[in-house]
Amino acid sequence: MELIVPILAAAVRSGTPILYATLGEIMTEKSGVLNLGLEGIMLIGAYVGFIVTYNTGSPFWGLVAAFFVGMAVNVVHAFLCISLKANQVICGLAMTMFGTGVSSLLGRGYVGETIAGLQAVALPGLSSFPVVGPVFFSQDVMVYISYLLVFVVWFLMYKTKFGLMMRAVGDSPLSAEAAGISVSAVRYASTLLGGGLVSLGGAYLTVVYSHMWVDLMTAGRGWIAVALVIFAIWNPLRAALGSYLFGGVEALQMRIQAGGTTVPAPLLMMLPYILTIAVLVVISVFKGRGRMLGAPSALGLPFYREERE
Amino acid sequence: MRIKVEKRFYITKWQEVCIILASIVLAFSSGALVFHFLGVDPLEAYKMMIDGSLGDFYGVSETVAKTIPLIMCSLAVALSFTMVVWNIGAEGQFVLGALACTAFVRYLYVDNFVVMLACMGISALLAGGLWGAFAGFLKARWNVNEIITTLMMNYVAILLLQYFVYGSWRDPTSLGFPMTPLFPKSARLHQFFSTRVHSGIFFAVIIALILWIVVRKGVWGYEIRVSGQNPKAADYAGIRSTRNVILVMFLSGAIAGLAGMAEMAGLHRRLQPGFAVGYGYTAIIIAWLARLHPLAIIFVSFLFGALFVGGENLQIAMRLPLSSVQILQGLILFFLLGGEFFRNYRVSFISRKR
Repeated sequence: MELIVPILAAAVRSGTPILYATLGEIMTEKSGVLNLGLEGIMLIGAYVGFIVTYNTGSPFWGLVAAFFVGMAVNVVHAFLCISLKANQVICGLAMTMFGTGVSSLLGRGYVGETIAGLQAVALPGLSSFPVVGPVFFSQDVMVYISYLLVFVVWFLMYKTKFGLMMRAVGDSPLSAEAAGISVSAVRYASTLLGGGLVSLGGAYLTVVYSHMWVDLMTAGRGWIAVALVIFAIWNPLRAALGSYLFGGVEALQMRIQAGGTTVPAPLLMMLPYILTIAVLVVISVFKGRGRMLGAPSALGLPFYREERE
Repeated sequence: MRIKVEKRFYITKWQEVCIILASIVLAFSSGALVFHFLGVDPLEAYKMMIDGSLGDFYGVSETVAKTIPLIMCSLAVALSFTMVVWNIGAEGQFVLGALACTAFVRYLYVDNFVVMLACMGISALLAGGLWGAFAGFLKARWNVNEIITTLMMNYVAILLLQYFVYGSWRDPTSLGFPMTPLFPKSARLHQFFSTRVHSGIFFAVIIALILWIVVRKGVWGYEIRVSGQNPKAADYAGIRSTRNVILVMFLSGAIAGLAGMAEMAGLHRRLQPGFAVGYGYTAIIIAWLARLHPLAIIFVSFLFGALFVGGENLQIAMRLPLSSVQILQGLILFFLLGGEFFRNYRVSFISRKR
C-alpha cells in the first residue's frame, strides 16, 4: 500500500492537465466543431501561465490569464471554421504549428527559470481517509476544481438550455437553425469556452506540475486528449476516468525510471502513445458496429445555411 | 450597404492564383506583425531569410537539398489526402525509412553500390509503408481515427530513433555524441558539384511524375478520389474502399520512408536524433497549397525549402529559434484556409441606393 498510494496520487496529478484539455475538447466537439489544435493551445497556455506567474508572483493570475488567452487564440479557429467554413482538420494542424512556434520563440529566454507555483493543500477531514484521502484530497486547488468541473461540464451539457442548444447544433444544425437557434453563436461560445479549458490544462503543467518552462513540454498530451474524447464517448465522467488512466501510466513509467531499471528510457516513454492507440482500437472495435454513441453527427462539418437537403 | 455572400459555380485560374498570392502576402504581413511584437525587426528578418536561401549559389543549393525530402513527404501526404485519408504520420514514416536503411547498412553491408542502393531503398519503402499501412488497416477494419494513430506513431518513431542512437547503434568513437558511424562509400548517394544536393532529387521527381500519371490520369486514381469524396457512390460503383485505404496508406508511408532513406544516404550519411526537423508536418501545408497536384508540389516544396534555409539563417544570424519558421508556416496555413472561402463564395457589396 505504501508503494501504491504515492503512484495513485501522482496519477491524479499527471492526469489533471489532460482532464482539463479533454473536457474543453468535449464541449467544443459537442457543438460540432473539431479542434485538433489542442497541442498548440496547451503550449500557449503553459507559456502564458508561466510568464504571468513569473512576473506577478501570483499563480492565480497566471491561470486566469492562460484561460483568457486560450479563449482569444481560439477565436482564430472559430472564425476560420465557423464563419469561413474552413477545413477543420487542417485548421487544427495550423493551430498546432502556430502555438508550438509562438510558445517556443517567446519562451526561449526563460528555460531553466523557476516559479513558486501552486502548492498542495490537504482538505481537512477528507484527506484523513485511508487511500482515498492521500490520493484524491491531498492535492492542489486546481485538482479540486477539476473534480467540480467534471460535474459542471456534465450539468451544463445535459441540464441547461445552453447545453441543449449546444447538442442540437452539434447533431443537427439544420433543425437547430429552424428552431431559431443561431448555429454560429452557439458554436462560437462552445469553441471559445473549450479553448479556455484546454489552455488551462497547459497552464497546469507549468504553474502547478513542473514550476518551470520547458520547450515542447506538452509532449503530445494535446493529442492524447483528442483521443480521450473518443474514448470518453463525449461523456465528462468517462473523461475523468480516461485522464487518470493516462496519468497512471505516466506516473508508473516515471516511477520505474527513478527506480533504476534496465529497460531503456525511450522504450518506457512510448507507453502513453502506444496505450492511446490501443485504447482507440478497443473503443472502435466495440462501438464500430453501430453509430458511435454520443458522437455529434455534424462533427467536423461546416454549416451552410443555404444548402438544405 | 449590404454584404452579399453567394456560392460560386466557377472560378477562373487567374482568380484562383490571385487568392493564393493574396493569402501568402497576408500571411507574411501578419508574420511581420508577430515578429515586430516579439522585438524582432521584421524587414531585417525577411531580408536575412531571402539572402540566406536564395541570395547566392550556396543558398540555392541548400534550398534544393531541403526541397528533396519535402517533395517526397508532400507527395506522400497528398496521396492520402486525395482519398480524404488524413495521414499526419509522414514524419514517423520518414524516420522509420531512415532507421530501416541504417539497420541495413549496419548489419548487412555489401561493398557494392547498386546492391546497397536497391536494398536500402526497398527496406525503407517497406518500413515506412508498413508503418503507414498499420494505421490504414486499423482504419479500414474498425474505423479507428487515423489522424490520432498516425500522430501517436510519430512519437513512437522518434523514441525508437532515440533508443537506437543513444543505445546500441551509437558510434563508439563519437566521444559520446548520439550518432551512428558514417555510412561507408557504397551506401552513399552522389552529391553534385560539392554542394549538398544529392541524387535523391531524381527519386523525388520520378515519384512526382508517376503519381501525376497514376492519380490524375489513371483509373485507380479516379477510384480513390471517388472513395474520398463520395464513399456511398464508390460503394455502389463496386470500388473496394477498404482495400484502397490500406493500399493508399502503405504507398503514402512508403514514399515518406524512401525520403528518409534519401536523407540518410544522400545528406547526413549517418543517423542522428536531430535529422527529423518536421518535414512531415510541413508537407501537410505544401500538399494543401499545391491543391494535392503532384507537379505543383515540386514547385511549392522549393519555396518551403527556402523558408527552412531562411529560418536556419535567422537562427545563426539573429539567434532566433527555428520555431519562428513554424509561426510563419502556421500563419500561411491560416490565411490559405481563409482564402478558400473566397474561392468557394462570391462576396459582393451592394449599396442600398439604386
